[in-house]
Formats: sequence, structure tokens, C-alpha cells
Amino acid sequence: MSLTNERIKERLIEKFGEQVSNFDEPYGMLTFEVPKDMNLKVMQFLYDDEELKFQFLTTLNAIHYPDNKSRELAIVYHLHNLTDNIRIRFKVYVDINKPDVFTATKIFEAANWLERETYDYYGVNFVGHPNLVRILNVDEMDYFPMRKEYPLEDQTRKDKDDEMFGRGGNFGYGTVKTEDDTTIAESEKGDIGDKII
Amino acid sequence: MQDVVSIKDNHIVLPDGSIEKQTTTLNLGPTHPATHGVFQNILEMDGERVVSAKQTIGYIHRAFEKIAERRPLYQITPLTDRMNYCSSPINNMGWITTCEKLLKIKTPKRVDYMRVIIMELARISDHLICNSVVGVDAGAFTGFLYVMQYRELIYEIYESVCGSRLTTNIGRIGGFERNFSDVTWQKLEKFLDEYPRVLKEFENLLMRNRIFMERCIGAGPISAERALNYGFTGPNLRAAGVDYDVRVHSPYCSYEDFNFIVPVGSTGDCYDRFLVREQEMWQSIEIIKQAYQKIQEIKGSGAEIYHADIPEYYLPKKEDVYTKMEALIWHFKIIMGEIDMPVGEVYHSVEGGNGELGFYLISDGGRTPYRLHFRRPCFIYYQAYEELVKGAMLSDAVIVMSSLNLIAGEMDS
Amino acid sequence: MARPVRFNIHPKGTDIHDNIALTEMPEGAQGEGFFATKFESIVGLARKNSIWPLPFATSCCGIEFMATMGAHYDLARFGSERLGFTPRQCDLLMVMGTIAKKMGPVLKQVYLQMAEPRWVLAMGACAASGGIFDSYSVLQGIDQIIPVDVYIPGCPPRPEAVIDGVLQIQKLVHNESLRRRNSEHYKALLNSYGIQ
Repeated sequence: MSLTNERIKERLIEKFGEQVSNFDEPYGMLTFEVPKDMNLKVMQFLYDDEELKFQFLTTLNAIHYPDNKSRELAIVYHLHNLTDNIRIRFKVYVDINKPDVFTATKIFEAANWLERETYDYYGVNFVGHPNLVRILNVDEMDYFPMRKEYPLEDQTRKDKDDEMFGRGGNFGYGTVKTEDDTTIAESEKGDIGDKII
Repeated sequence: MQDVVSIKDNHIVLPDGSIEKQTTTLNLGPTHPATHGVFQNILEMDGERVVSAKQTIGYIHRAFEKIAERRPLYQITPLTDRMNYCSSPINNMGWITTCEKLLKIKTPKRVDYMRVIIMELARISDHLICNSVVGVDAGAFTGFLYVMQYRELIYEIYESVCGSRLTTNIGRIGGFERNFSDVTWQKLEKFLDEYPRVLKEFENLLMRNRIFMERCIGAGPISAERALNYGFTGPNLRAAGVDYDVRVHSPYCSYEDFNFIVPVGSTGDCYDRFLVREQEMWQSIEIIKQAYQKIQEIKGSGAEIYHADIPEYYLPKKEDVYTKMEALIWHFKIIMGEIDMPVGEVYHSVEGGNGELGFYLISDGGRTPYRLHFRRPCFIYYQAYEELVKGAMLSDAVIVMSSLNLIAGEMDS
Repeated sequence: MARPVRFNIHPKGTDIHDNIALTEMPEGAQGEGFFATKFESIVGLARKNSIWPLPFATSCCGIEFMATMGAHYDLARFGSERLGFTPRQCDLLMVMGTIAKKMGPVLKQVYLQMAEPRWVLAMGACAASGGIFDSYSVLQGIDQIIPVDVYIPGCPPRPEAVIDGVLQIQKLVHNESLRRRNSEHYKALLNSYGIQ
């Protein structure tokens, strides 16, 4: 009997009970959530178990949800069972003020640089990592650029600033109206009078 | 290779029998003679042998993942071009098939076969650069110059389809921007006629050449278990003995209709990687021939199809935009971004020149992705470099680096 | 539809004197057995046809440069046969590809190690102005850190465009005054980049 998503879900619930939650299958890939203390236990179980041999870490990344208070950073692991050709994905949510997650480098060597990249982009602190320093950005950078509050462009340019591109300069990217909004409706123009250019 | 490194109290302890008093630090710095790309290796050497290697990357970090959060789907295709720039059509097709998976679009067979032709040409182009550069690093410059001429032919084929040689931006969501013209088919036939003879000559130059074999056999071996643990995919993993090929495991673009062999090595050293890439080029030629034949068998009105019928995502023809109302409305909606993506998350991968190139796309229903993560094979397997060269000599370290086919654009995203 | 061929339709003669391309003679005074001209013109003529480039290839433009050096669009025809990878021996620094802020100091160091007279060619949109990557980690043009002589636009530029850029450099080399590198103007230019 080949492995199916239902069987994996059964085995996980059997072993971990209520701690694995939020099962879903977007586009055919089983996705579930794991509390942050249990991520290594779940990964080790998926690795060692005779039936669910998820022994290949495809990728590891993080996502920033600034609106979910106390669950802002989600770390996503994609695992792959090469013999039965099944992929699964599980997510670990952490608070942005204390983003500590146990490192997966002891199980998968591939997680080494992937975790460094996630630290570089989002500031997730992987506990137990052998060398958690910045990997892609300059070493002197003091903020975590992929978080949603930081802008994409280089802020020191003078020829392409927010005003020229009609942006609000805040997280709304121009969609949030600020106080000195100068577009007014036709019906109100009579009141303003001499302020119209 | 003997296991030489040991670190005690943060000092690297030299192996027994070494006449050096301390290690020499050699910086195989970001500006390389061999134009592989910009990444740095700081090697600690005990005379001629490497004791440890520390890598620094990020010298060409262009923040693709952050840029992608601000671009609509069709504007991300030029970004993906510049990841593995030796085989940009594969990256483009990978991204487009990810979008089609999210939007649940099914492409007609003819489009799939056209995509297969373009992707296999890109694979040949990538493996040609890698193999000839391994030759250059071993000292044989002729193979490289000779083979570049046939890459020019591949560039001409791309140019007749999409207008650009290297960073192609080829393909649209649902198909291609235009049907392949007669000129493209002629150039493809010329390529299929002339190229096998050239590949055979290139093989004769290097494959059983005693100097090349002695340089490469035994340089940088890796076992299958370690390779899997490091997340290797692609020709490097197949050289270590594991036959994992995304085209066979999770077929996309109708790869299941084609008949091809996946070559597998045994020791995972440089020579095996060279051989696996050579064989893959032969297999790619077979796949292109089969795809060409299948396209020629589609006759009648089906022979003019080059895109799926999805007006929401595929721009209508310009003649229609100027004359018909619906086409004008669709054109406006697509360009101004009024068509929203469905909410969801999808992971899709294709077999790139270096391995499994994956795209993890999370959409929250807007015009641009909420998060887009690229699973880049070069980034993942460069971590293993230290394990591959520990105890090897400096010249082996250089050959291992070039046979891994490290492309800096893909490594640093 | 095929158009009639317009160029190269008259067969060349087999006499060698019809087949040699001669370069322009600089201005000067001629006489029986001697030719007098400015020293600058002769030095310029010699220099321009034997430039040793340093290909500082970082990304996609590097692959197009490899295609330009190949047999089809041979750059070696114009004298740039010998590529050096050490700045100490090269005249022309060809920066090809995106320069990130992490790479900036490395590029400046390579430029400083070159000896006068030295020229810089920025190939591609990324080297000229940051290209399509308007992000926090990309240097928006290498002219923020080193002085550039010729910019080649394109993403990546076609090999013909690269050859055109190299020919422009050759024109600059040919017409350069021998005193330029010691002049006040040049010193002021280098000072504006913080280079002494």
C-alpha cells in the first residue's frame, strides 16, 4: 500500500495528538502546523519512521505576517520522501519579539545555510546553529530586510525618492491617505478658494 | 583522501607528518581568474593540501525575493532569467508553470512540446558551459572555444522565438508569445544535424584523455547518503548514485510522454559529474528529436496553437484590442493588474541545469505575491564544498569548484 | 521575402595590395625617408590596438562577454587578445554585471591596484546604473565609486554593442593627451571619488 496524505495525517495524529494542527492540502501537498518546541521532534519522527521516510529537506524559509500578533513569523519546512514521491510542508509560528527555533542542522546538513539565510532576512534565531551569521547581506547591516516594514529600494538615492514615485512612504505604500492629502472633490472646491493652484 | 582537519581550542591542528608550523591562508577571492562567478573561499593550506575551507557568498545579492513581492506575476519572469543565466529558459518555464499551477491552467499538448524543446536546448547550453569550463580549468582551452560556436546556434534559436539571446523572458502564462516561425524550425533542424558530431568531437578531446582522467578521477567524491543529507539534486546527486530527476518523479510539461534515460554515476567525483552531464546532453538531443517529431505529427488547425485559451491572463492579439470590445477590456485588466490571483500557496519545482529549482509562491489575493521563495540548488549544495575538498590539493579544489557548476546569480538570489 | 544582396558583391582582387586595410595616418610632415608627427599620436595609435582588458565579470553580462571573445564575434580582432586577471598588468577594467554593495569595496580595491593609464568600461545596465535591480543591496551604478569612461547599455548588451564600446574606448585611447594623467583636472576627478 503506497503512502497517501491521509495515512501520513493518521500517523502524525497518532503520535503527536493535539500538537499537530491545521491540516490542509493546498494543491495536493499536506500542510500542517507544529508548535515551536516540537519542530525537531516532528522532523526526527518523519525522518526515522519506517513508513514515512521523509529524509530529504527540500527547502526552509520564513514568512512575515505583521498582522498576526504573537505569531508574526512563520518558518516553513518542505520535506520530501524520495522513495514514495510524497512532499509535505509544515509551519512553525513564533512571536517576532522572541523568534527562537531549534536548529535542524543535526538532522539535515542542508539546513545550515538555509537557516542562515532565514536569519539574515527575518532575524529568526536558530538555537544551536554552529555559525549563525549573515550570509547574503553585508555584515554591518543592522536590520532584517525582508520584514514587511522595510522598503525595497535604497533609501539614500536622491533621484528616486518616494515623492517622485507617488508613494506614501509608510507601510501603506501610497494607499494610506495622509493628513495633507491635496486631492479634493469637485463639490468642495468652493470652500478652499484661493488655495487651488 | 585522509581526514586531516581537527580543531582544538579554535586553532586548526595540522595533521601528523606535516613539516609546516602553521597553516597558510589562501584567499580564492571574489575576483576569480576563471569567471565562475563571485564567491569567496578562504582556504587554510598545509603546504599544498587544503585543511579547511570557509565560504563567503552574497557578493551579488540582488534581493530577488524582496523585489518579487512588488511585481505582478508576469514581471517576475525577467527576474527569474537572471538566476541561472546560463540556462534562463528553464527558470522562466519553471516560474510560468508555477503560476499555471496556482491559477489551475492546463496547457495544450503542442505548447508543452514546444516548452520541452526550449528547456532541453537550455539544458544543453548550461551543460556545455560547465563541461567546457572544467576542461579549461584542467588546461584544455580548445574545447571551450569550439563549443561556444554551437551555443551561438542555440542563442539564434532563442532569438528567433523571443528576441533575446541570453536573458530570454521566454513564454507567457498559458503558452508562448508567438508561434515558432519557419526560421526557428530551420535553425533547430540545422542544430540537430550538426551538433551531435560536435559533441562527439568534444568527448573525444576530453573523455578518455589520460591527463583529464587523472586530474578528475578521485577529486571531490561524495557518497550518496551525504549528498542526500546536504540536499544535493541534479547532476551532482546523480553522479553520486541517486537517480532523482524531477522530470521523472513529478513530470511537468508532458515529460511523461518522452522516452529518455537518466544517467547515474557511482562515486560522485569530478569525472562522474562530467560524464553524467555529457550523457544528459545526449539524452537532451533525443528528447528534442522526439518533441520535434510529435509537433510535426499535429496537423490541421491544431498546428497553429501556441497558447492556452485563457483571456484573463494571456494578452489578446493587438488587432483584436483595436477592434473588439472584450479584447480591449481584457488588455486593460491584465496590464493594470485588476485581475487578482486566487488565495493560496503552491510549491512547484522543475529540473534546472543544476538540480531541483523550486518556487514557493504564497498569494493573498492581490496583484503581487505575498511571499515568493526560490529553492536554488547552487545555494544548497555549495555548503558541501568544504567536505568535498578537505585533504585535497589546491588544484583539485579548483577543479571541484568548477565541476559543481556554481553560478553566482543563482547562489545569491 | 528575400531582398537582393547589396554589399560585398564585387569580387575582391587576388592582388594583395587590394586586400590590406590601412589605418589612418596621423597628421604630420613627410619628407624623403622620414615622417614627423606628434609623439602622442604614435603612442595613441600603438596603445589603442593593444589594450589588455581585465574582465571583471560578475553575472549575466559575463556570459555575453564570453560569447564576444568566442570565435563568432571575436574581440581579439581589435587587439584585446590577452585577457589578464590581475589588475597590475591590465589597462582596461571591464566591469560586467551587477555590483552589489558587498562587492563595492572589492571593485574599488581592484581599480586602485591598476597602474596609469587606465580606463574603465561599464558593460550592461546593472554596472551603468543598477539596472532592473532597484533594491537595497545593489549599488546603483559603479560610477558611484570609480570614474567610468564608457558605458554600454543593454541587458545584456549584444556582442556587437560590446565591440562598439571597445571601439569607443579605443578612440579615447587614441586621442588622449600624454599629460592628461598628471593634469589638475584629472586629479580633481579622482579626488571627487576619494582616490588620491
